[in-house]
Amino acid sequence: MDLAKQIEPTAEMTGRRRAAGLLSRASMDELNAAFAKLTDKPDVKPVRGPETGLVMVRGRIGGGGAPFNLGEATVTRATVLLASGTAGHAHVLGTDKEKVRLAAIFDALWQEAATQDFVEAALLTPIEARIAAEDKQKAEETAATRVDFFTMVRGDD
Amino acid sequence: MYVAVKGGEAAINNAHRLLADRRRGDRSLPAVTIEQIVEQLGLAVDRVMAEASLYDRSLAALAVRQSRGDMIEAIFLLRAYRTTLPRFGTSVPVDTNKMKVERRVSATYKDLPGGQLLGPTFDYTHRLLDPSLLTDTPVEEPARRDETGEHVMRVSDILAHEGLIEADGEFPEDHEAGDLTREPMEFPMGRDLRLQALARGDEGFLLALGYSTQRGYGRNHPFVGEVRIGEVEVELEVAELGFSVSLGRIRVTECQMVNQFKGSSKAPPQFTRGYGLVFGQSERKAMSMSLVDRALRAEELGEDITAPAQDEEFVISHSDNVQATGFVEHLKLPHYVDFQAELALVRKMRSDIEKARKGDRSEMPEAAE
Repeated sequence: MDLAKQIEPTAEMTGRRRAAGLLSRASMDELNAAFAKLTDKPDVKPVRGPETGLVMVRGRIGGGGAPFNLGEATVTRATVLLASGTAGHAHVLGTDKEKVRLAAIFDALWQEAATQDFVEAALLTPIEARIAAEDKQKAEETAATRVDFFTMVRGDD
Repeated sequence: MYVAVKGGEAAINNAHRLLADRRRGDRSLPAVTIEQIVEQLGLAVDRVMAEASLYDRSLAALAVRQSRGDMIEAIFLLRAYRTTLPRFGTSVPVDTNKMKVERRVSATYKDLPGGQLLGPTFDYTHRLLDPSLLTDTPVEEPARRDETGEHVMRVSDILAHEGLIEADGEFPEDHEAGDLTREPMEFPMGRDLRLQALARGDEGFLLALGYSTQRGYGRNHPFVGEVRIGEVEVELEVAELGFSVSLGRIRVTECQMVNQFKGSSKAPPQFTRGYGLVFGQSERKAMSMSLVDRALRAEELGEDITAPAQDEEFVISHSDNVQATGFVEHLKLPHYVDFQAELALVRKMRSDIEKARKGDRSEMPEAAE
């Protein structure tokens, strides 16, 4: 596993980043529904947390300059270990501990060859679709408030 | 002489019980829920998050409810809560260029990539009280229009292409962003620390200072290059993974103020800038912040410091409303002993003067008071 990571870090990284990003956006209902669908419930050992803390959110001066500290945000994190030895991590904005614990379990299950497809189909793909739909709706609502300037033409045909 | 330091316990307990009762109000009405506050009083929630310097919509709504709508009290509650939590780390700087834009307007360009997107604004409303909100009248769904997919380009980038505007603020490569919550304030302070202070500063105070620059107290000739509101991704470098992951999104408001140009014998004239970035939806605060940021750059830009808004120590030392309210409101707490001492002093001075007067009348009548 570790060796595989070293041999192909980018593919592993991109996949893991995507999974972690989507899991951070999962709702409690989505996580619960996916967990209920799991045929073999995993044997999970908590390693760290779930615990709530802060992350200092940074911005950049002028939008793209040197970083500055904008303010903090609540973050809850959890690390769990499957019986196979695979560790799952989750870091999510907010204070919902149970949600983050489940997200960490699915992060671990996503790394296992046997369950990756399940996590993908039961959780990641639907979340991705939901986010895309929500973003599209918002973008369209915003687009409807776009100003269409027109010029009054005079004395000219 | 401490005489009455005990004895308030029962009164305090009953006062807090009374507070809980008044907070709940008429029991025949349903209690407001946290979700209702988040959904329907969202801008109050945003202000509490911004000035508490803690992004958490639910906790900010709880603070609003607990404080009976007293914003500074709510900000205080959230600040206090923040101190109970450990810090896990520092995010990768948020990229406002990749914002999921919900509103973006520019006062400098009419037609610009991405367009003028009004979003959910109070602008152009007639500010007439709306009787339909007295009851729960059904509300229309928003209108929709196909999005163009056009990137909402930063106005500062448009000007930067021609070299007409100064760059985003830079520090040397090895500069680590200062943190007010970790180190005591020292003046003069870097622009990074000032922006942190302004981002959590009191909206009213910054609004008044920004306004004062417009009225001539440190004028800096501002144009709103753009104001944008929307969600940005928060990413954290996770040690266990060795790369950054997204924690979710937060909504922020950004203001790029384009200010009076400046040139020298070496450099051709260029517009200068002020910057504002605030948690939540608050363009009044972001605009005020950018005006004050620009005013506070007076020394850096070789301008005379003549007005309050340009005085870094004055502005930053008084912008935090939790500190300010703490010091102002402490005046109502018992000062019995201090006051007794002052009272005794005034009495003694008066009796000394009285004695001197009597003595003067009988002896030398010239040295009164």
